[in-house]
Amino acid sequence: MSPPVSESPFVSIDAVSFGYDGKPLLREVSITAPRGAVVALMGGSGSGKTTLLRLISGQLRPDAGRVMVEGQDVAMLDRQSLYRFRRRTGMLFQFGALFTDLSVFDNVAFPLRENTDLPEPMIRDLVLMKLEAVGLRGSAALMPAQISGGMARRVALARAIALDPPLLMYDEPFAGLDPISLGTIAHLIRSLNDALGATSIVVTHDVPETFAIADRVFLLGGGRVVASGTPAELRASEDPFVTQFLHGSRDGPVAFHQPAPPMASQLGLGGPPR
Amino acid sequence: MIDLLARCGRGVRLAMAGIGYGARFFLRLCALIPAALARPRLVIDQLHFIGNRSLSIILVSGLFVGFVLGLQGYYTLQRYGSAEALGLLVALSLVRELGPVVAALLFAGRAGTSLTAEVGLMKAGEQLVAMEMMAVDPVARVLAPRFVAAIIAMPLLAALFSAVGILGGWGVGVVLIGVDDGSFWSQMQTGVDVFKDVGNGVVKSIVFGVICAFTALFVGYEAHPTPEGVSRATTTTVVASSLAVLGFDFILTALMFGTT
Repeated sequence: MSPPVSESPFVSIDAVSFGYDGKPLLREVSITAPRGAVVALMGGSGSGKTTLLRLISGQLRPDAGRVMVEGQDVAMLDRQSLYRFRRRTGMLFQFGALFTDLSVFDNVAFPLRENTDLPEPMIRDLVLMKLEAVGLRGSAALMPAQISGGMARRVALARAIALDPPLLMYDEPFAGLDPISLGTIAHLIRSLNDALGATSIVVTHDVPETFAIADRVFLLGGGRVVASGTPAELRASEDPFVTQFLHGSRDGPVAFHQPAPPMASQLGLGGPPR
Repeated sequence: MIDLLARCGRGVRLAMAGIGYGARFFLRLCALIPAALARPRLVIDQLHFIGNRSLSIILVSGLFVGFVLGLQGYYTLQRYGSAEALGLLVALSLVRELGPVVAALLFAGRAGTSLTAEVGLMKAGEQLVAMEMMAVDPVARVLAPRFVAAIIAMPLLAALFSAVGILGGWGVGVVLIGVDDGSFWSQMQTGVDVFKDVGNGVVKSIVFGVICAFTALFVGYEAHPTPEGVSRATTTTVVASSLAVLGFDFILTALMFGTT
């Protein structure tokens, strides 16, 4: 069952800093994803997980540091090279991002039709195989509006793997799913990664599902990597941030209250004597 | 005071940057026209969506505008005893001005808003980013075919508007009021020049098609990916394209018919 994880990094993020409108979000973050591994980037909302994914896919450029994928610096790619690189990646968006004017079949066929010269009968076979892999071959003729959120996520997954990419990225794949769909998606992420011999990067804050499938987990907080290791190592960690995150404690290093002036002074009570 | 100056300067700088960005976007769309024409299937789908579905509003409006032209034209012309020139008046008004302009205003309201909303919602649903991530340029795949289809559809719709309007004018003037049928058509035939009147009208409607399509697509593409962002973008499309159509109509009219 254990995947053939290589030690050579497929994705390597080297001391990357990034901010929006001058406000720093990531500070010298370093992450490596070995070839063949499922790597999870975890952290609270607003911790910069999705931004990291955008940096890896070349949608954003780092302010400092380098993002290397298969030995090439993503930020240095021109438009053509970036598109060539993206043909070798698959990305699952948070809510699937299916094309609402195309059927399930045509959604999965889209990257094949746009990026290859394959004849239509072969595209049909490939699409049916991809849909079979996510268990939705029977829903090929439906429109995105006719399927559930969990099914849409699976169709988007079939579309993401249409070109058999060696790098798969998942942006919050578990958000808003019922327990059955959640387990299904988690299983698919692991099994597709192993079947394709791909490397997967999963951005999520869902602890149980992620720990069940990830080879390596990076925990982000305050714009930095707070902890990293295998799921077992993180479970054994006594770091207060890790413990708070894994157990979902209300208070800890991540305070329940956001910084604010004293309550009494805002309510006009107990202020300085007049 | 310095703060005020700085704010003014910033405003001007942002406006200039916006215009420059819009102009580059327009050139990019124009450069993608040949590639869009190489995939006629996509253009035909959009032509159906943009053109056919605007037909009813264009035809009905054209008919009523023709009715009103017939009536008002008759009341004015008969004072000078030249009611038989009604055909010429109706045809020139429609072919030179009302056909292209009113059809463009209706087109901006009917097709422009739907283009803006469609593109804006695609952006909000991350469909455009998803396309980028599949190494497909959304400007080439989504926007360019719509741009081409709108430029093709607009002159056809304007021509239909004028044709139906002339029939409306004929219906009121000849059938209801009793203007001489032969005079109505023969005055039109001798007075309307194919190149100067009809040709210039076609040029106008092509320009208006470019304006409406570009405005709708650009505003949709740049919309904030939120419900209020998309709703604001659709409003902006109607206001901006209508004003641009009326402004360009004045410029084009002055250039085309200024010396006559």
